[in-house]
Amino acid sequence: MKYVDEYRDPELAKGVAATIAAEVDAARGYRFMEFCGGHTHAISRYGVEDMLPRNVAMIHGPGCPVCVLPVGRIDDAIRLASDPRVTLCTYADLMRVPASRGASLLKARAAGADIRMVYSTLDALRIAEAEPEREVVFLAIGFETTTPPTALAIKQAKAKALRNFSVFCNHVLTPVAMRAILAGESDEATALDGIVGPAHVSTVIGARPYEFVANEYGKPVVISGFEPLDVMQSILMLVRQINEGRCAVENQYVRAVTRDGNARAQREMDEVFELQESFEWRGLGMVPYSALRLAEAFAAFDAEKRFGIHTVAAADNPACECGAILRGAKKPTDCRLFGTLCSPETPMGSCMVSSEGSCAAHYAYGRFRDRSRARMERAAS
Amino acid sequence: MTELLGDGMARIDMGGVSKAISVALVENVAVGDFVVVHVGYALSKIDAEEAERTLALLREAASMETP
Repeated sequence: MKYVDEYRDPELAKGVAATIAAEVDAARGYRFMEFCGGHTHAISRYGVEDMLPRNVAMIHGPGCPVCVLPVGRIDDAIRLASDPRVTLCTYADLMRVPASRGASLLKARAAGADIRMVYSTLDALRIAEAEPEREVVFLAIGFETTTPPTALAIKQAKAKALRNFSVFCNHVLTPVAMRAILAGESDEATALDGIVGPAHVSTVIGARPYEFVANEYGKPVVISGFEPLDVMQSILMLVRQINEGRCAVENQYVRAVTRDGNARAQREMDEVFELQESFEWRGLGMVPYSALRLAEAFAAFDAEKRFGIHTVAAADNPACECGAILRGAKKPTDCRLFGTLCSPETPMGSCMVSSEGSCAAHYAYGRFRDRSRARMERAAS
Repeated sequence: MTELLGDGMARIDMGGVSKAISVALVENVAVGDFVVVHVGYALSKIDAEEAERTLALLREAASMETP
């Protein structure tokens, strides 16, 4: 596919890897967080870490919508779906996220709840139109990529006077989470040296909202496309900034991202949503002004109001390390459930569910790399 | 993008898979444009010149260490 295949060229990748290896300062380490789960997946799938020098570490960030949604909100969704009037529409990767007491949307559906997987908010709208006797609720999750589509669906529902459509809103904000990660850093040794900025999120919000990372925290950001060569070029750009003692927001993904982003999408979000005072993130806890709710003008489409949802915080499985993994404080293999009790078939934590989750990505690709690396090191010694 | 369907919708070809998506979030799209698609919505148009410039930079970065 055009604009994809070129950025997966293995020969070019080898060349870029050699340049990174030649330019890194052997006397220091480089710790870069890829914020976005799409990058986590690409890095694992294409073995990008294998092509990096040992002193360049990629830390997986919290940019996986499914992963950061706290248990209490999944419990809410399951309760909502158990209302016999309700048809709950959700993106597919939420189906298997573990909720309290071993529940999940998948199990709720098996028990008879009307839960339907949709590809797009447009599908949920179509269901609401086709089945006016059902209360169709769209379970909205995600960062600034999925928020404008939800906004448009709500506006369409209003324009069509669809009384049986509502949205259970869990949309969250990338720059606020990034700040929470940086503000939470306490240990020099594990502090990040730079951030690989999101691809699709940045097509919407642009490059500007990351400028605080450079200005206030003195760390470079490079917005990166999702293909493996995009990521490698972004890592090279980060290494160069650090070696030159610079910190700025740079944009590797110039073919799709501008400094100001997509103004139309931003307008739709601003019109339909407003900031929530506080929202719970798995791993980050309560983060002020980090999530959105429906604005007053669209309150009639707010499922939380329509169904009187009052979220009760619920604990993760105490042995699950998803929280620390989402903050970048631990790696999937640091969790004793990883690959034993917790696997993509029977996930115990959210990071094992979505293909963007660190644990799922490492389970699918990275664990083989760990084994072969260990074998190579044994052979060499 | 292979066809504008009206009402903010368009047909796209994703590596051989044909799909109707919303283009209501992007301005001035035309048949032949490449777009970034997320959950059934185009979020951004691909800038062909910038894409070529990025590839040129990649080739330059890749050739630095080869003799």
